[in-house]
Amino acid sequence: MTPQPIYLEEKLKEVQESGRLAYRSKSMPTWCPGCGYFSIVDGLPGALNDLGIAPKDAVVVSGIGCSSRFPFFVNTYGFHTLHGRVLPVATGIKTANDALTVIAVGGDGDGFAIGGGHVPHAARRNVDLTYLLFDNGIYGLTKGQTSPTSSVGFKTPTSPYENPDQPLNPLLMVLTYGATWVGQAYAGRPQQLETMIKQAIAHRGFSYLHILSPCVTFDKTDRTYVRLGDLVRDLPANHDKGDLGAALHLAMDTATPALGVFYETQRPTLADALDGLVEKAGGSVGQKRRTA
Amino acid sequence: MLKQTEGSRAVAEAVALCRPEVICAYPISPQTHIVEALGEMVKDGSLAPCEFINVESEFAAMSVAIGSSCAGARTYTATASQGLLYMVEAVYNASGLGLPIVMTVANRAIGAPINIWNDHSDALSQRDSGWLQLFAETNQEALDLHIQAFRLGEELSLPVMVCMDGFILTHAYERVDMPTQAQVDAYLPPFEPRQVLDPAEPVSIGAMVGPEAFMEVRYLAHAKQMEALKLIPGYANEFREIFGRDSGGLCHTYRADDAETIVVAMGSVLGTIKDTVDQMRDAGHKIGVLGITLFRPFPIQQVRDALHNAKRVVVLEKSLAVGLGGILATNVRMALSALPIDVYTVVAGLGGRPITRRSLHALFRKAEQDEIDAVSFLDLNRDAVDKQLARERAHRRTGPAAEAMLRDLGVVAAKLA
Ligand SMILES: Cc1ncc(C[n+]2csc(CCOP(=O)(O)OP(=O)(O)O)c2C)c(N)n1
Ligand code: SF4
Ligand SMILES: [Mg+2]
Repeated sequence: MTPQPIYLEEKLKEVQESGRLAYRSKSMPTWCPGCGYFSIVDGLPGALNDLGIAPKDAVVVSGIGCSSRFPFFVNTYGFHTLHGRVLPVATGIKTANDALTVIAVGGDGDGFAIGGGHVPHAARRNVDLTYLLFDNGIYGLTKGQTSPTSSVGFKTPTSPYENPDQPLNPLLMVLTYGATWVGQAYAGRPQQLETMIKQAIAHRGFSYLHILSPCVTFDKTDRTYVRLGDLVRDLPANHDKGDLGAALHLAMDTATPALGVFYETQRPTLADALDGLVEKAGGSVGQKRRTA
Repeated sequence: MLKQTEGSRAVAEAVALCRPEVICAYPISPQTHIVEALGEMVKDGSLAPCEFINVESEFAAMSVAIGSSCAGARTYTATASQGLLYMVEAVYNASGLGLPIVMTVANRAIGAPINIWNDHSDALSQRDSGWLQLFAETNQEALDLHIQAFRLGEELSLPVMVCMDGFILTHAYERVDMPTQAQVDAYLPPFEPRQVLDPAEPVSIGAMVGPEAFMEVRYLAHAKQMEALKLIPGYANEFREIFGRDSGGLCHTYRADDAETIVVAMGSVLGTIKDTVDQMRDAGHKIGVLGITLFRPFPIQQVRDALHNAKRVVVLEKSLAVGLGGILATNVRMALSALPIDVYTVVAGLGGRPITRRSLHALFRKAEQDEIDAVSFLDLNRDAVDKQLARERAHRRTGPAAEAMLRDLGVVAAKLA
């Protein structure tokens, strides 16, 4: 017998009726109990189901990390690539088959340490994909070393003397890189997280959702549910998501992270640009090979 | 001082005794414990005045190492597997420039398919990179080779890779004899760089070299490695004098004097091979062992001398030259050219497949009868391969092979759907 995803009994019926179970694979997540990632693996099926995107029409691409185990636990197409290469692989998939809904997932290390060089280019090209960044401020899979989003002073096995490095601000970075949809969610608020995943996928263009997620095993002091739960706040009611300046200001506040859509705009996607080139050269986009 | 400790810890302590000045690394299993132990020493002050940098990738690690070595600092890093592959451009750069960086490679398979367990594919992919490559058989040897590596590298102005089997050595607790600071200081003089970014004597490093001199600069790298072959035994002798034990050198025979069959291997598997050979010797078999410590430069003459009286040679290696057979075996064959000796390549232990005494007994007994193929794979499940090949003959779109083969074996964990 292959194990089934575990749901509370009273929730199971609701989940079965909702149709989201179709999006969960028969592989049980191997994450530690309490890991923030469970909210994400619950949220994505809800989002895809609500948007009417069938499992066969979606592909989840990941790098390497605890977070990057994600494709194994959902029932869409999946691609587990190399550490840090999630965005170029996702770009390749989307470029070859525009019909697929492409969701890139990975950790703060995967995306902003070893893979950091790819983020600006996916954003500026406005590749029509959704990037879910699972930020626990740590390298979880390799057992808890500092990552580029770890706080100054954080103690880990590779920084027992306290991390001296200033953390990156991924939200600020992707906003300046030219991402056309930028938001932040928190694994401790699963309903809001699910709604935001849905909005991110619905956006046409490069959407970046930063998900604050505790690593309960290796971080007992910094990014815990208790601390994050107190710090996070809703977006100011008057926030204008068309205002890049306002979005940049929100992103700069890392002391009390705001949850919601920071920024949204429309710009031609990479596919639009490439199709434009094909047509300019006298070809027809209809000739492109697509396997739907 | 004798102590019971983890292989990674032993190596970290040995590196610390070498007084490194800059350490940079990015975590990857099974190397991580080494740099974590060094991080701890930075914290407790025992490594001062060393600088320890957590970098953002292996590419950065090797590049930082290049910069720091050019600036005259004794520099150390460690990696494994994908990490080594990711830094390759800088790996070649370090050796091309002649920078004596020391790097531990905690040997691990390379993907795809992704696998964290031990084999030698990572280090052997860099066999032509211009780095010296040493392979440790035990934790004691791993520790000792690091001390020798700094000496060799700095004397020759060449980078040195010390390879130790991931998990099997890095994570094993064994008794080791930890040298004293005085012993290491007596063996390893302060770093005198051949080239250094020194404001008092400005130089620029990294010239563009065209066809007029490129061959010569590259030949120099080769000539220096050939020179290393002559010097290394001397450094190993000196090591024996100061530390009181044999470690390092080029290659070592075991019960090989009158052997008709000699097994050649590298790394920790030599232990299992020697145990098997002991048992076979007790039963009257004429079998012996040649362990290769120095893989680059390859000690062609010494390997030839060690093997030339054998009837057959079995090269048991944890690596695969896809489309050819063995990597180590190809090197051994070259050492034996024109000699009437059969050389059998046995690829074993890929991706952490255990190499058991039982399998070795069967293998060596068959080899003695010349009943093995020129290239064979120890304990290969041929049925699993045939099933996949049949599937590929029958259908065009068979999907990803690794997933299908796991499914055949009933392994659920990696199931995608
Ligand atoms: C080239 C390369 N270097 C290093 C590693 C080892 N490694 C695997 S996952 C990881 C970091 C994971 O951190 P993150 O991306 O934040 O994901 P998390 O586990 O926290 O979800 C590292 C360093 C690797 N797989 N490949
Ligand atoms: S180690 Fe941390 S990030 Fe990884 S599964 Fe466990 S709690 Fe989650
Ligand atoms: Mg992380």
